[in-house]
Amino acid sequence: MYLARVIGRVVATTRYEGLDGVALQWIQPLDEHGAPMGDAMVACAVVSTGPGDLVHFVDGREAALACPTTFVPVDASILGFVEQALSNGKDLADAPVSSGGAR
Amino acid sequence: MFLADVIGTVVAPVQIPMLDGKTLLLLRPVGPDGKPSGKTRIGIDRAQAGVGDRVLVLDEGNGARQILGDPKAAARTVVVGVVDYVERGGKLDYDHQRSPRTSS
Amino acid sequence: MLIGKVVGSVVATRKDEKLESQKLLLVQVHDHNNKAKDQYVVAADSVGAGPEDMVLYATGSSARQTRITEGKPVDAVIMAVVDSWDLGGANVYEKWS
Repeated sequence: MYLARVIGRVVATTRYEGLDGVALQWIQPLDEHGAPMGDAMVACAVVSTGPGDLVHFVDGREAALACPTTFVPVDASILGFVEQALSNGKDLADAPVSSGGAR
Repeated sequence: MFLADVIGTVVAPVQIPMLDGKTLLLLRPVGPDGKPSGKTRIGIDRAQAGVGDRVLVLDEGNGARQILGDPKAAARTVVVGVVDYVERGGKLDYDHQRSPRTSS
Repeated sequence: MLIGKVVGSVVATRKDEKLESQKLLLVQVHDHNNKAKDQYVVAADSVGAGPEDMVLYATGSSARQTRITEGKPVDAVIMAVVDSWDLGGANVYEKWS
């Protein structure tokens, strides 16, 4: 499970059968300083989140277990909206929005 | 399993029900010498660990689901122990009694 | 999941029997800014994607969680065809433009 910032939204009408109604969002994983860690990826948002939000997500097979239908080909899911993430005494939720997703 | 330093806490008021009431810790994986190794991640606390502790982390789905007692848990990273000391070649690499958190 | 463009298909006559009748597509990975990367993936197709489609694919053991890939030697599966996406409110990709 990792910290990430939601940086965008994906629209896909044609999708695998068990995934109807699940929101797809671009996320940029973050390190303990709030800086981008690795490449951006697309995750299923099983809780209500949107661009700019700090979130936590799980990758790998466990990501499918968070979805309404659990036998689905999903390898990243947003599990929660993060209100506060204290890292070495600093709250990453207060930090300016990471430029990881900016163009 | 691997070693990590607890460097912070994560509060998520809106999350999947499975995580309700569970403490989330921000973890920086470290080698035996304390040097950072690998990606910073978030783990579910099962060892009453706190910021400054060096902990034992399980990052594997099957084991995590067993520990959480939930065969459908969408979780993988679990803090399963607080490290007292790490010994390598007869020498103490890490001693909790001398860690900054304990001595301060 | 990552996004890529379907740039071709892969046909293999001699292969593991579990891959019989499996449609395999060649996908070029794109980043979130829709810039093509020099990185390709051969993925099974669970949604009927076609040439030039931008698709979402899942990797690892998650890729085997479809009716067509369950128990098969597959580690990447296309699970959606992308219509559009935006970053911070700005449109990056639009299929029908």
